[in-house]
Amino acid sequence: MKETLRIIGVLTSVCLVCAFLLALVYSRAAEKIEVNQNQRLKTAIANLAPGAEKVEEVSLGDSTIFKLSDKKQKLIGYAFLAQGQGYQDKIAILAVIDVSFGKLSGIEILESSETPGLGGKIQETDFLKQFKQLPVNNGLECVKTEAQADGQIKAITGATVSSRAVVDTINKKLVVLKSEIKNLK
Amino acid sequence: MNNRDNFLKGLWSEHPVFRQLLGMCPTLAVTTSAKNGLYMGMAVIFVLTFSSLVVSLIKKIVPNQVRIAVYTVIIATFVTVVDIFFKAYIPDMSRQLGPYLPLIIVNCIILGRCEAFASKNNLKKSTIDALGMSAGFTWGLFVLGSIRELFGSGMILGFTILGKNYNPLIVMILPAGAFIVLGLLVAGMNRLEQK
Repeated sequence: MKETLRIIGVLTSVCLVCAFLLALVYSRAAEKIEVNQNQRLKTAIANLAPGAEKVEEVSLGDSTIFKLSDKKQKLIGYAFLAQGQGYQDKIAILAVIDVSFGKLSGIEILESSETPGLGGKIQETDFLKQFKQLPVNNGLECVKTEAQADGQIKAITGATVSSRAVVDTINKKLVVLKSEIKNLK
Repeated sequence: MNNRDNFLKGLWSEHPVFRQLLGMCPTLAVTTSAKNGLYMGMAVIFVLTFSSLVVSLIKKIVPNQVRIAVYTVIIATFVTVVDIFFKAYIPDMSRQLGPYLPLIIVNCIILGRCEAFASKNNLKKSTIDALGMSAGFTWGLFVLGSIRELFGSGMILGFTILGKNYNPLIVMILPAGAFIVLGLLVAGMNRLEQK
């Protein structure tokens, strides 16, 4: 009994001290991490929409969307974030879409912890280039063979779950955004 | 064993990767460039040193049955601290190393040294052992990363060494190249030890 109490006591104490240390470190760094994430977002938008001089954050229902305008103040498109469960952990995507919500300009993967060498390939140009100038009127579909119809994305060999996760995440977000689109302007 | 030998053994005679063949997973995975290897090494220096320090400090009060659980919690905490630090102050490297930074928790070198040395030796010896082992790990990763980066892309640390006419051996950046270079380095070390 004494032995068991000692075991419980030591384990609990160690965990408590560790939890305290982690909370301390995290609270100090949380602000800096958020700044970094915003910077990453800005860079991603600049990469996908080079003509965007002004990026304006607006809320659309429960979501946030970014209005992109060129230097003549003309609306050139929108950027939106989408997040979903991948194979390992959550995948965060930034997508840029045209003004009519009909064609994706492209996407960038902001966060992913997929299997390196397999699911991790969703971050590579070969997979991402499929999303450039992609029509989304009928939603996106992830296929294992070559993409034949509009809106089809070829999955990465050996990484079907990760590839599908990217496509599903974007689809779900598009459905949500399209339902609120009348509230824009 | 005096302090000097205690430290030096981690750098050569008991090298964690090339002699003990521990921590192979991150060694193979992150050494696609010298910089990645270097930063992974520095993260391990921090984790191994502080974990060994703490384990050595509390070795007398930890009951035998839960020692592995306790060491793992301690190691996981320090790894998370490093992960948070990288995310906040070196986000590019955090993205480069990806999941391999949190995976330091299951790097056999850390738990191995805690169990084999820190739990059985005093604070000073444990710290010196940790510093030596992690320094050895770092130079090993740096060399492996440099070789792979040099032959795989003509550069080291981003500086172009082999000119435009060099046709890069892409296999060096891939896992196969990692295994090949690692094998050659282990063989090389064995040969040097034999003489």
